[in-house]
Amino acid sequence: MAEAPWGLMAEYETPEALVAAAQAAHDAGHRHAEAYAPYPVEGLAEALGFRGSRLPAFVLAGGVLGGLGGYLLQWYAAVRSYPVETGARPLHSWPMFVPVSFETTILCACLVAFFGVLLANGLPRLAHPIFDAPDFELASRNRFFLVLRTDDPAFDTARASALLDATNPLRRVEVPR
Amino acid sequence: MSDGDTPVLRPGWGYASVTDKIAGLVLTRPLRWPWLAAFLATLAGTLVYLGAMTFLFIKGVGIWGVDIPVGWGFALANFVWWVGIGHAGTFISAVLLLLRQKWRTSINRFAEAMTLFAAGMAGLFPILHLGRPWFAYWLAPYPDRMNLWPQWRSPLVWDVFAIGTYLIVSALFWYLGMLPDLATLRDRAPTRAKQVAYGLLALGWRGESRHWARHETAYLLLAGLATPLVVSVHSVVAMDFAIGNTPGYHSTIFPPYFVAGALFSGFAMVLTLAIPLRRAFALEDFITARHLDNAAKVLLATGSLVAYGYLVENFMAFFSGDRYEIAMAVDRWTGAYAPVYWAMMACNVVLPQVLWWRAARRSTLLLFALSIVVNLGMWMERLTIVVQSTSHDFMPSAWGLFVPTRWDWIFLAGSISMFAWLFLTFIRLLPAISISEMRELVKEQADG
Amino acid sequence: MPPPPPPEQVIQLHRGAGLDRRQALAVMAAGLAMASTACSPPARQQAHPWVNPPEARTGGLPLYYATAFVRDGYAHGVLVGTQEGRPIKIEGNAAHPSSLGATDVFAQASVLQLWDPDRSTTPRQRLAPVGQARGPARLAASTWRDFEDAWRARRPGGLRVLTGPLTSPTERALLAALLAREPEARWHVHAPLADVAAIDGAQLAFGRPLAPVCHFDQARCVVALGADPFSDGPGAVRHAMDWSRARAALREGQADAAATLFAAEATPGLFGARADHRVALSPARIEALLWRVAAHWMPEVATDSAPDPRTAAFETALVAALHSAGPQSLVLTGPGLSAEAHALALALNQRLGAIGRTLGLIDPPDAAPDARTLPELAEALHAGHVETLLVLGCNPAYDAPAALEMPLALQRARLLIHAGGQLDETAQLSDWHLPLAHAYEQWSDARSHDGSVTLMQPAISPLYDTRSLAELLASLADDPLRDGHALLQRHWRDAHADDFDAFWRTSLRAGVVAGSASPAQSPALARVPARATAPAPAPATLTALFVPDGAAHDGTFANNGWLQELPRPFNKLTWDNAALLSPATAARLGLRTGDIVNVASAGRAVDAPVWVLARQADDVVTLPLGGGRRRAGRVGDGVGFDAYALRPGVSLTAPVTLRGTGRRHAFAVTQHEIAQHGRELLRTVAAGASLPREPERPRLYPPFASPEHAWAMVIDLDACIGCNACTIACQAENNIPVVGKSQVAKGREMHWIRVDVHDDVGDAHATPNLTGFQPVPCMHCEEAPCEVVCPVGATVHDSEGLNVQVYNRCVGTRFCSNNCPYKVRRFNFLQYADETTEALKAQRNPEVTVRQRGVMEKCSYCVQRIARARQHAQRTGEPLVDGDVVTACQAVCPTQAIRFGDLDDAASDVTRARASPRHYAMLGELNTKPRTTYLARVVRKDETS
Repeated sequence: MAEAPWGLMAEYETPEALVAAAQAAHDAGHRHAEAYAPYPVEGLAEALGFRGSRLPAFVLAGGVLGGLGGYLLQWYAAVRSYPVETGARPLHSWPMFVPVSFETTILCACLVAFFGVLLANGLPRLAHPIFDAPDFELASRNRFFLVLRTDDPAFDTARASALLDATNPLRRVEVPR
Repeated sequence: MSDGDTPVLRPGWGYASVTDKIAGLVLTRPLRWPWLAAFLATLAGTLVYLGAMTFLFIKGVGIWGVDIPVGWGFALANFVWWVGIGHAGTFISAVLLLLRQKWRTSINRFAEAMTLFAAGMAGLFPILHLGRPWFAYWLAPYPDRMNLWPQWRSPLVWDVFAIGTYLIVSALFWYLGMLPDLATLRDRAPTRAKQVAYGLLALGWRGESRHWARHETAYLLLAGLATPLVVSVHSVVAMDFAIGNTPGYHSTIFPPYFVAGALFSGFAMVLTLAIPLRRAFALEDFITARHLDNAAKVLLATGSLVAYGYLVENFMAFFSGDRYEIAMAVDRWTGAYAPVYWAMMACNVVLPQVLWWRAARRSTLLLFALSIVVNLGMWMERLTIVVQSTSHDFMPSAWGLFVPTRWDWIFLAGSISMFAWLFLTFIRLLPAISISEMRELVKEQADG
Repeated sequence: MPPPPPPEQVIQLHRGAGLDRRQALAVMAAGLAMASTACSPPARQQAHPWVNPPEARTGGLPLYYATAFVRDGYAHGVLVGTQEGRPIKIEGNAAHPSSLGATDVFAQASVLQLWDPDRSTTPRQRLAPVGQARGPARLAASTWRDFEDAWRARRPGGLRVLTGPLTSPTERALLAALLAREPEARWHVHAPLADVAAIDGAQLAFGRPLAPVCHFDQARCVVALGADPFSDGPGAVRHAMDWSRARAALREGQADAAATLFAAEATPGLFGARADHRVALSPARIEALLWRVAAHWMPEVATDSAPDPRTAAFETALVAALHSAGPQSLVLTGPGLSAEAHALALALNQRLGAIGRTLGLIDPPDAAPDARTLPELAEALHAGHVETLLVLGCNPAYDAPAALEMPLALQRARLLIHAGGQLDETAQLSDWHLPLAHAYEQWSDARSHDGSVTLMQPAISPLYDTRSLAELLASLADDPLRDGHALLQRHWRDAHADDFDAFWRTSLRAGVVAGSASPAQSPALARVPARATAPAPAPATLTALFVPDGAAHDGTFANNGWLQELPRPFNKLTWDNAALLSPATAARLGLRTGDIVNVASAGRAVDAPVWVLARQADDVVTLPLGGGRRRAGRVGDGVGFDAYALRPGVSLTAPVTLRGTGRRHAFAVTQHEIAQHGRELLRTVAAGASLPREPERPRLYPPFASPEHAWAMVIDLDACIGCNACTIACQAENNIPVVGKSQVAKGREMHWIRVDVHDDVGDAHATPNLTGFQPVPCMHCEEAPCEVVCPVGATVHDSEGLNVQVYNRCVGTRFCSNNCPYKVRRFNFLQYADETTEALKAQRNPEVTVRQRGVMEKCSYCVQRIARARQHAQRTGEPLVDGDVVTACQAVCPTQAIRFGDLDDAASDVTRARASPRHYAMLGELNTKPRTTYLARVVRKDETS
């Protein structure tokens, strides 16, 4: 028998239509519905039940660790590992250790932010069923898409098709797996 | 949009048209001879630059005019100048983002590219100017058999960390912002090769709503972190001098005054690049008179800060009553390098005053000329600080002049053409304007 | 060879007798010298520098040989320091009367002469038939044997021998033997710089040639008329030493203690710079001044000229001082004056009773009554009377007065044989060139300014196929003995037959033959000469004064890079000589520094660059000799202009005219700004007064302790005469490279210790505008600005308070130099150290790193000497005591201006010096807490300039 598709995809012309559809899908119990847009549409993720990211906490931690690490590195090098009199300054000249500690703070925080977002978004992922969907290249131009995944417990082919048709999309297609 | 002002995006553009226009610049636009000529010219300049570096490594920094007492010549002046230019990009994309300045949208991408390339040019000079550049890595901390470490009290070590951090962070910021556009290019790519190339760079971005949400968060975080970074980087560079005891170096106003100078020269360079860019690629609708006007206003503001810096420097020299500081100030006005000093005053303080007039701010040609003048003036400021100060410090018996050799000029010209070459390459390979943010702009204007 | 005595002895030697550092050094060296010479005769013969010495022997301790450096025929006692058998450093010989432990710049540079890659290495024969017009031809390598055959086969008769001034008893005897073999053979002497007028002056006054020996330590009033006793002549170092020591009481505060110095000079000299009273006058005016002054003691002297209003004050002060000093006066006359003037000065000294007290007169060590002059030789040559001409150790083709047309004359000799160290201008014209050994390669002897004899021993066996002059003379005279050692012993055995070995050993050990100084003559009453009626010079002409160049001397040292790059004391000029003009004269002629002028005299002309020099006498143009060499070598060729080409005769003055050429010349100077701009860098203090105490400046941080030693240096500006000896001694000790004119012009000279000259010394009202010198080495700041800014920790402090530079860690950011207020750091902008020339490698001090391109360097307080002393103390178990460490600059200083020692030792010399009321730290207000500090120069209220 033919393999079940990966999901049902509806295509819209405006962000408003997509948000409405997304809301409807979420209300119908679809927890894994996915919405695609050419730019961040306000309220879209929330409509799908997205409750914000924990990235800021990680970035803060990264910054703090970076700062402490930077300072400790200098202290260890100048006071423990290789103490030598330089310009009659004390070995632990903390005021002059500040600039480097500051830079390491920023650096680590930024690295966490960058790689954090990739990790959270599961990127890089070069192959994905959605890329095979007809018209999907327009997702990065001027079209808006909603996908109801078949592996969603709440998914039922008939009800899902009805749900999507009710949001009168430009068209509705099956996304093969 | 402010009262009756030209919009930051001319009406009549939609998602599709904006996307196709900007993507087209990279994907479909045929080669035209002006770009090709510029590309080949700057490529030649870059090759000369690389050749000159080889010669420098073989012979030593003696090929330059540096001497005792002037240990730092063009190399360090160029370094500070390029770092300064490298500041506008991050300022535009980070600070203006936080300030919700919509007009940043159409210029932040290439401004960031400019930042990256300028910082790159800057990063080269401290290495080139070393007596033994092959040991440059000794400034980095790494476990080593003889237990040696960098000398953490030296501002030059702070430089390594500041510039390094700045390069990495601007690159990440730039790339993260560009991910969705790379996906756009992937989807629009006319040939398989381009599709694969951009596809790889896009990391499989597909514009899922949750991704967008996290992307926005991360982008804002980076912007928030980049903002203090921008300030710190040039403050650290300023400390290369402020920590020194030489009159003309040893001044507490340097950090803020250097940051102002950095934005001053940075925005000048943005104009130098934006004006030909919008002309060559017919982007007047995206980079409108409004942008130029705002940039000009920033020029005026930062220029005034710089002028204030000059004022305070001279005032403090006399107010301190310090014999050496006073002699230094007088030598700047009347000494061997006085022509440079006064030319700098003309370029950075006098001429920019025309920007008080709206007509001047709206005249593309005048703005372009002025941006060149300011770049020149800022370079002369760096030169005055680096060279004149050391040529005339504590012991008259040790006073001596720095006279640039032809190699000094070759390295300055070389870095400029390499910068230009990188930029020309960038505008043909990557979207010079952020497409996804332009789409947002379309939406917002549609909503009015 | 037995090993040198264990170092313990050496230490005890100077411990026991509480001598001062310099003597201690000498004793140590003498001891080692003895050890090395006890075994010399056989060893020297086949011997060679120790190629693989037993570790125990060298152990890093240099081996010193007491011998002499010979310049213009006169001996300067030195100790040649060798490492692994290679002579690398010259020290003064404390036992030698002309040295007292110090040397001048030439003695320091002489070791580079030894290793000069352009030295002549083998006999050479001209490939062109004899008798044809010569002119430079190819000199093909030959052998001594071939030469000896040629010498025997030469056509007999018509032999002439030309030498420089000879004081060596042995060489004189051998020469006499050679001349005796051929009755009609003639000997001529050529001394380019000899002041004939001075010699004639003595003749005029006393009817016999007499040479002066000055005793500055006895004088209360010294008058130098056109003379510079601190730099000219073989006694200069001794003069400075005696003067400085006699001045000690003044430094302690006794205003009337030291001698009053008067200088009337045509061109600025080191003595004039330190004189209490100083005027700049043309030689003619100086002479007039002398006659006027002499008239006060000698009524019979006719004084036509009225006192010059400009110098009236000077003159009155001078007369008064002479009256009060009486027999403790010393009147010296210098080049440029007439024979009558010299005679008059001698008579004046006699009337004052100075002769025998401040002024000794001896038979000139280089007197050669039987010798003839160069002009006579030139005459004979032009007349074609010369069959064979032997030119021994001089270079008449270059340094003869142009009027004699020597290059042409030399070619008139049938057979021209030249013996010398270099393939110089004369060698190019000769049929045979014979390479002479360097003074440090040979057994010989020579006499010093007071006649004392030094037996010279080799510090190394000859590097090349050379012979000493004595050996050459012996072979020419078919002497049975051919070896220098044997010849020398034979000569001295005659005089000291009984107990010769003891005499031999002691003489070599001390570096001087005991009691060999010439006895002081007490001549009859001097004849007061009649006033010479000098023809008044034409209004348009200037008086040219020919002087030895500060670096090239008479041209002999032109190929010596250390000297060429040594800044001349008053204008800090390197790699050049210049026609010096006074500001007024230059203004009158519309000339400024750097203009190239055409100097013309008696139909001869030469182009020379002008330098406008303050304190130069009006209407006098000083032309330094020794420039414009054509065959000096890779270093000296074409440096400067050749003033000999203008010289009309043996006289040191000539009337000349200047004509601007409109062309400019680029000079390379090391100091551009002479004024101090009110910054009290070189401070003065009135005699007995004291400087305001340095305020104890607050420290932000607790100081680092230096538990063992705290090294420091104190430089006494009252003693410094600006002779540059410290600069070149440091260059020799620390392998400091020569960078060349173009690099100096770029401001990249490498000297670790520079001598700044300032023309505005002294506070404006009391004592305006003295010329002062200030040696500036690294200050070794306790709170060193250079250290804080180095990103790799390449310059840090060590536990003994030294600011050390770690060459192999330096990456060359040059931040340290930018941050050094004293600008004493030097950077290798290019590969300056010569890594290819073998001969130069051999000269380098093995204890000092040769720096690579791209690293910073600076004064290290001779850390290698500190280490040597420390290791020695550790070996012997005895703690270091004050004076065990002597830096190179300190050791060489003729006036003992530099002191070095340990601040942790409360009794040390430096600790005491830092307590002096004259003590100050330069730029102390910057709170760098320098370890190198200064003692202010003492000025007496009545000093004028």
